Amino acid sequence: MTDTAWETLSNQAVAACGIVYFLALLAHLVEWASLRKVPAAVAAGTATSGATPAGDVLVRTGPEAAEDDGSSRVAMFGRLGLLLTGLAAALHAVGLLGRGMAADPNRVPWGNMYEFTLSGTFFVTALYLVFYRRYRLSWLSLPVVTFVLATLMVAVIWLYGPVAPLTEALNSPWLVIHVVSAVIATGAFSLGGMTSALYLVKERSLAKGRPQTGWLARVPEPARLDLVSYRMHAFAFPVWTFAVLITGPIWAHQAWSSYWSWDPKEVWAFITWVVYAAYLHARATAGWKGRNAAALALVGMATLWFNFIGINYFSTTSQHSYAAPAVTVEAPVASTPIV
Amino acid sequence: MTTIEKTPRQAPTPERRPGELTFRELLRFGWRQLTSMRTALVLLLLLALAAVPGSVIPQEGVDALKTANWKDAHPSLTPIYERLDLFDVYGSVWFAAVYILLMVSLVGCIVPRLLVYARGLRAVPPAAPRNLTRLPDHETFTTADDPEAVLARARAVLAKRGYRLRPAAEGDPLDAVSAERGYLREAGNLLFHLAVLVVLVGFAIGGLLGFKGGVIIVQGGTFSNSANQYDDFVPGSLFRPDMLKPFDLTVDDFKIEWLTSGPRQGMARAFEAPLTYRSAPGAPAQQYDLRVNHPLTIDGTDVFLIGHGYAPVVTIRDGQGRVVYSGPTPFLPTNQSFLSFGVVKAPDAQPRGIGLEGLLYPTFASVNGEPFNVFGDDKNPVLSMRVYSGDLNMDGGAPQSVYVLDKSRTTMLEKADGKPYRLDLALGDTVALPNGLGSVSFDSIQPWVRVQISHTPGKLIALAGVVMALVGLIGSLFVRPRRVWVRARPAGPEDGSGTLVEVAALDRSGGGDVAPVLAGIVASVRGDAAPSKEE
Ligand code: HEM
Repeated sequence: MTDTAWETLSNQAVAACGIVYFLALLAHLVEWASLRKVPAAVAAGTATSGATPAGDVLVRTGPEAAEDDGSSRVAMFGRLGLLLTGLAAALHAVGLLGRGMAADPNRVPWGNMYEFTLSGTFFVTALYLVFYRRYRLSWLSLPVVTFVLATLMVAVIWLYGPVAPLTEALNSPWLVIHVVSAVIATGAFSLGGMTSALYLVKERSLAKGRPQTGWLARVPEPARLDLVSYRMHAFAFPVWTFAVLITGPIWAHQAWSSYWSWDPKEVWAFITWVVYAAYLHARATAGWKGRNAAALALVGMATLWFNFIGINYFSTTSQHSYAAPAVTVEAPVASTPIV
Repeated sequence: MTTIEKTPRQAPTPERRPGELTFRELLRFGWRQLTSMRTALVLLLLLALAAVPGSVIPQEGVDALKTANWKDAHPSLTPIYERLDLFDVYGSVWFAAVYILLMVSLVGCIVPRLLVYARGLRAVPPAAPRNLTRLPDHETFTTADDPEAVLARARAVLAKRGYRLRPAAEGDPLDAVSAERGYLREAGNLLFHLAVLVVLVGFAIGGLLGFKGGVIIVQGGTFSNSANQYDDFVPGSLFRPDMLKPFDLTVDDFKIEWLTSGPRQGMARAFEAPLTYRSAPGAPAQQYDLRVNHPLTIDGTDVFLIGHGYAPVVTIRDGQGRVVYSGPTPFLPTNQSFLSFGVVKAPDAQPRGIGLEGLLYPTFASVNGEPFNVFGDDKNPVLSMRVYSGDLNMDGGAPQSVYVLDKSRTTMLEKADGKPYRLDLALGDTVALPNGLGSVSFDSIQPWVRVQISHTPGKLIALAGVVMALVGLIGSLFVRPRRVWVRARPAGPEDGSGTLVEVAALDRSGGGDVAPVLAGIVASVRGDAAPSKEE
């Protein structure tokens, strides 16, 4: 296959996966809407973790919980949505593969903003699917699909750029390892952030004594959400540490002569790291557990995505501007930076 | 859950008014506040907040030019910002205050925990509480086996799962087994927090004892490592010039590949600068192909390729025909296509000094009579300069930048119609200047490279620190400290016949999900099902 053919394939796969994500979104919307008809007691069959006999798969949460009319519809659309999300993820992967194969020489598909966003959203979906059974994430499906679809649209509309060879500084094995870890951490942090957002919604609704009906009844109780959110963050935090405090500085030292230079991208990666450290602390601090910790998780996610996308638009001094390198005329030291 | 929350405990003596503290108590109170989890949390958030301005306001140390431009554009804000150190946030007193407080808090928090941990290492799991069914996670079953057999099986099961067992002690009830695991979690957590200090030390060493400098070297040129050879040089505060290693290097060649098609058309890549270097005068000469992402390390000092440009070779003859200037003159690129700006000075020309200022077009084209640069490669280089004659003011006190012409005591040459005279030279041209001032030749063009040279001591300490931190973090986040108790005793009349077994598990990390663990242990102790996978 020629490079152009790969590029076309990639574009088509991305378009197709957008459509399939959209169908998944519709399926989950129907699912959530149907939940309104399901008696709260059935929908709330979550996380009765207490005395579960060994060997039980613990799928009581699952939409297949009851045989009642409304809930079988919920089950059907839930499963359909999951299936469509899996299909979309496969197409998404093809889109990424195509980007990598279209470049000459072939490379990892994360060399510019469009590609970062494409791979970031891919890992959000992939991690969601990986964790789906383990944490019984059916209640997270709608937020995940909405988030991925919206971010993909931003990528396609505003960030798209044709396949191009890497700029010289990006041409390094560290691109593979540094960026992939940053992107995986981003995916897991995003899932944790969505879970924390649901925590806040659920907790508030319980605190106000509202009846737990519809989709909200489906969302597990706050303690469970807190735990799942913590697990996601606990997975993401070391990966992020590896990405921004180990491989990042090593690469920066090789390419720019300074392992840490307070470049805006570095500053925001550091801010994100510190905010998530604060989140982990908050979970262990009396008075900060629960709601405040969840709020910190959202602050962390905001700094994360601001850094991922925003910094490249707001900052012109960043050496991390992946587009054409900024040119400075700086007497007596200026030159066109190679890197 | 190891919430380390220290509430100050004060015991005011009766003769004092309530709330009154002695100075010592006040100190101790302050220290406890400072080393509390809550303070650490607030300081962390403060650190994040304090880092923000440095990404919004241009920083002296990151981009000096941008900072200067910003200052010019904001004359009223600049003095305020300067007083607040906002152009050097990460070196400022207030930023340092936040992280130093955090570090003090960290030490104050870590040291007592280290002591507790050291003592706890030899500690044995606590005896079983009297009533296991009061714990949130417990299970009860009856079995036909007698209590001793059940307890023996429980010991074996727990030991196999890595639990530490409580040895039988004087006065312990004999009907229960106590087990604990996950001691490494706290070790990981302590390692992580200590590692943060190590990173800071490594970082500080680099900042104090290191240096960073840049220099433009024309192809064929030689650089020897002393402070006055640098175009810009930023030493750490404890750096001494005699710390510079006495190496020298020559740029033998510079190779580059221009993309002539595709979406990145006009971009250059595959930069390569073959060097010959010696680690000291008289040392054997060595070769290295300097490339982006492949720095050269000479004796602990790193050399990086970070920029490139062109240096036209220009010869100026004065009115008497003498060569008053000749050589490659680095021009500074002003945009992606390497349209470059530069200055050539011949102060000693007779009858008057000659200064040239203008542009280099690496690939010149004329579009509707307007000069235009097509490409960054030097396919058709053309120089287009204004000419100034007079005193270039080079003997006066202040050193002049080689990229700036002092025009205050010169006149710009004009054409008969009053328009500025423009000296246009293609490669190989020689043009006579008007008024018998002399002539200028554009002999050849050479590339130059900009290298960054830096020495960052402590970088391996910092690296070791972050790796330690990561290892500690993994222990801290994934090791699950748990206690498990199993009690077995003959069933009472209300429980039926056989042995009544109670199993309880307690997660001590705040991140655990003990239900499945408990279920697995119960299954094994019962001996009925294959042990299920632990979380
Ligand atoms: C540079 C400053 C600090 C950073 C970056 C930092 C980071 C972290 C991180 C990432 C964790 C999560 C690990 C876990 O949950 O087990 C943690 C836990 C912890 N930190 Fe810190 N920390 C800092 C300062 C402090 C200070 C000053 C204290 C003393 C009050 C402290 C006490 C603790 C404790 C007790 C835990 C365990 C929490 C738990 O059991 O979950 N930390 N820290």
